[in-house]
Amino acid sequence: MSERVAVRKTYKLFIGGKFPRSESGRSYLVQSSNVSLASRKDARDAVVAARAAVKGWAGATAYNRGQILYRAAEMLEGRREQFVALGIPGDEVDAAVDRWVWYAGWADKLAQVYGGANPVAGPYFNISAPEPTGVVAVVAPERPALLGLVSVIAPAIVTGNTVVVAASPSEPLAAVTLAEVLATSDLPGGVVNILTGAITETAPTLAAHMDVNAIDLTGVTDASLATDLEVKAAENLKRVLRPASGAADWFADPGLARMTALLETKTVWHPKGV
Amino acid sequence: MFEYAPAPESRSVVDLKPSYGLFIDGTFVDPTDGGSFKSINPASEEVLAEIAEAGAQDVERAVRAARKAYDKVWGPMPGRDRAKYLYRIARLIQERSRELAVLESLDNGKPIRESRDVDLPLVAAHFFYYAGWADKLGHAGFGANPQPIGVAAQVIPWNFPLLMLAWKIAPALAAGNTVVLKPAETTPLTALLFAEICQQADLPAGVVNILTGAGDTGRALVEHADVDKVAFTGSTEVGRAIARSVAGTRKKLTLELGGKAANIVFDDAPIDQAVEGIVNGIFFNQGHVCCAGSRLLVQENVADRVLESLKRRMAQLRVGDPLDKNTDVGAINSAAQLERIRELSDAGSAEGAERWSPPCELPDRGFWFAPTIFTGVTQAHRIAREEIFGPVLSVLTFRTPAEAVEKANNTPYGLSAGIWTDKGSRILWMADRLRAGVVWANTFNKFDPTSPFGGYKESGYGREGGRHGLEGYLNV
Amino acid sequence: MTATTTSARSELSELGRSETALRTFLHGLPGVDQVGAEQRAAQLGTRSIKTTAKAQAIDLAIRMVDLTTLEGADTPGKVRALAAKALRPDPADPSCPHVGAVCVYPAMVPYVAEVLRGSGVHLASVATAFPSGQAPLEIKLADTRAAVAAGADEIDMVINRGAFLAGRYKEVYDEIVATKEASGDAHLKVILETGELATYDNVRRASWLAMLAGGDFIKTSTGKVPVAATMPVTLVMLEAVRDFRAATGRQVGVKPAGGIKTTKDAIKYLVMVNETVGPDWLDPDWFRFGASSLLNDLLMQRTKLTTGTYSGPDYFTLD
Repeated sequence: MSERVAVRKTYKLFIGGKFPRSESGRSYLVQSSNVSLASRKDARDAVVAARAAVKGWAGATAYNRGQILYRAAEMLEGRREQFVALGIPGDEVDAAVDRWVWYAGWADKLAQVYGGANPVAGPYFNISAPEPTGVVAVVAPERPALLGLVSVIAPAIVTGNTVVVAASPSEPLAAVTLAEVLATSDLPGGVVNILTGAITETAPTLAAHMDVNAIDLTGVTDASLATDLEVKAAENLKRVLRPASGAADWFADPGLARMTALLETKTVWHPKGV
Repeated sequence: MFEYAPAPESRSVVDLKPSYGLFIDGTFVDPTDGGSFKSINPASEEVLAEIAEAGAQDVERAVRAARKAYDKVWGPMPGRDRAKYLYRIARLIQERSRELAVLESLDNGKPIRESRDVDLPLVAAHFFYYAGWADKLGHAGFGANPQPIGVAAQVIPWNFPLLMLAWKIAPALAAGNTVVLKPAETTPLTALLFAEICQQADLPAGVVNILTGAGDTGRALVEHADVDKVAFTGSTEVGRAIARSVAGTRKKLTLELGGKAANIVFDDAPIDQAVEGIVNGIFFNQGHVCCAGSRLLVQENVADRVLESLKRRMAQLRVGDPLDKNTDVGAINSAAQLERIRELSDAGSAEGAERWSPPCELPDRGFWFAPTIFTGVTQAHRIAREEIFGPVLSVLTFRTPAEAVEKANNTPYGLSAGIWTDKGSRILWMADRLRAGVVWANTFNKFDPTSPFGGYKESGYGREGGRHGLEGYLNV
Repeated sequence: MTATTTSARSELSELGRSETALRTFLHGLPGVDQVGAEQRAAQLGTRSIKTTAKAQAIDLAIRMVDLTTLEGADTPGKVRALAAKALRPDPADPSCPHVGAVCVYPAMVPYVAEVLRGSGVHLASVATAFPSGQAPLEIKLADTRAAVAAGADEIDMVINRGAFLAGRYKEVYDEIVATKEASGDAHLKVILETGELATYDNVRRASWLAMLAGGDFIKTSTGKVPVAATMPVTLVMLEAVRDFRAATGRQVGVKPAGGIKTTKDAIKYLVMVNETVGPDWLDPDWFRFGASSLLNDLLMQRTKLTTGTYSGPDYFTLD
């Protein structure tokens, strides 16, 4: 009896809730697989998808966003073995699941912690509340490929942003597999878009794109590239999250900084009278 | 029939020196290369004083003084003691408020009514507010023991010279940083008087340094390698350049830049108050306000009525001597700014918008521009897109709330917005959708030290004021 | 008057025929934001009126005073003295103008009329069961007719606040119409008693109601409830007469009454008139102060301006 011939997976991009190949038709061999090599055009398409998703996602209730992030944790937990098979250590997968759960809980709490009433000296109701900044471009850390990726996506989207993520070029399989998790988590298409390929190709396009509101350079290890991307980002005054100066501990408590860096504070005034 | 006689505020409270040096390390010093420029009264073009122009070596001296003060004195000082210095400064500002108000109006051209009733009270309040934070930083929501950043380079504009100084210096010092601040070249005088107040308060040397100068001075300061924090308020163009220049450094940056705010008036608005809000929104401080309501979006079915009321109200605006207590609209801050306002207004006429100003006599000397509105403006007109920074209002109409939101948000800016309607749920619906950092509903141009201020999109990032205002000066 | 205002006027005159039409109209008026209105009034109060402008304002304010006494203890002697003061507020200075009117209870009208006859100083009488207005309509109208018959050429009536607050606008309207008719040729001032109306929205509605019903003046207060005239209330009323004239072509006067005691206060009101409705109202025919102690302060300030020294209350008559 012959051994069963396995069905192999094609690793593709994740844009607008769909899994297209690169429009360029290119791929690159990495982790023993052919993975899509995203082009500048793919990056632009991803921004269009991310922008289209902003209204619905930012407009969803915080409770709803929290539920969906929690659903992502459930789906990831269910696929634990799949990630282990890709070479991700089990404790990293567990930490990634826990990170989704942690951020899921913030959805309906951050506005209370980060916003509030302002006691102005006059007959006014005055309140400050955080709002998502919009479309966020993210250069995910090279590794840990799964935990690092979850740790940059979750804080961006939990508050209502949508993201275009340039995944780890050397370990992209976790990212594409995470896309499959997200695709089955009731996450609306376009909220998370994942590009695989060369950072040097996608990131400059995203950094210069005038319809991107913020850029997270966490995964940029080349200092001159980081500077170049920051310079490009200045063109429309994107919010910039710079790469950490030292080695990051991805297992530590993340704190609020990654969420608050991608928020706007809106302050609303209204007179009090009869 | 009832002509108000001139009611000039006395200049005698102000004791102007013929020339001013740089304030570095607690003392006034001459600039290393001896450069200087003149600050003039924009209402008369009279020279007020000769001002030192700081060069690269002066920037070096000032940053070194600030670093030393940060390392040796201000950084290690307990928060409760920093608080006391800030309270002291707040009190001194209150005590010398008339002097500061008159000087501000002389140097800036803004009406004494505003410098006296708006700028100065807010300046003192800002120092009071942040003084109280200095020993409570662990409770501000940034962790148990948040740390200052270090030396802050601060560059401020000419529209609210002392108020912008307060917005910059008060939170920086409260959080434990030391500062080198550059006031705008056309309005350096109140910052120099503030330096005297620092001396009077016995603020340790080097905690506050004031460098006067123009763009080159500001650039040298912002680009200095030993600066840890950059805070800038001014044009989006310069903000962009600063964002580029700090790229690749560890300098923390906050920017408060331009705006093109929509002031949206619905058909059920309290019309008389809305008209006041429109007037206050665009003619307050001669329209030299980044959050000015420079685009009036009025619902088409009440447009005629609102415009009629607005024109009637504009005819009551008293334009003239900034020191006259009855002046509502003062002088344009500089010849260059006047030129820009004229250029954009002419573009408005050339592009087919209809221009209207009330009859008003402008003085012969100085820089003046009559309050102006343009009707028949569309989103495509330059005057609907570019920040004019003057007393010029562009009027557009809309039909539905969704259209109002769409037009309001159709700009690269996102600093402020106004909504006028008697319907509460509509206010909240609109406020949710307007992409702006400050939304004034049934009011406009209100400021308070407890209330965070700052923009979305190309209006900058970071917030000034309130608990949020600390974040830009803490290592979080 | 333009064709538009003529037709608007005739449309507006129809409103009084139906409760529903009145309600729809009054509740369709633009709202008033309390904070904004109060800030505008406060801002107008910061104008600095000095020297020649102040002198001009003081004389105008004197001419606008409705010199008032409305006490149970009023007697013929008291009101005669008041009337004499109205004619010559400052006996030492013949250049001092006379006041606008003397305002008394109907029973006192005959005594005042004797003094004022032919002087140009008007004689105002409160009527309609002042100050509460809580009497049968017939009695209120009889009160009005009696005052006019005794020589009053101005009637200060009170509106039926109970009916207004209960939403019975037509009843209020009809009473004003009836009182206007009972007043004959006398000018009708309609007291809204704004302190009891509580909100500026109500003040605006009551102002329009009074104007629609034919009032010649709208007046803030009786002076008999804790809150009398205020700057913002008067501002809202000025905006109402301004808008009413724009809509109908008919000009209506405004009279803040009660609580205006100093020259400084009076000048703030004049500034507000000047900048809200303009010079057309800066005339005793269109703006009055219902006051008593205000006059002496105006006289003291007037003396200060002419002599350069501050005067004292001993130098002015107490009446």
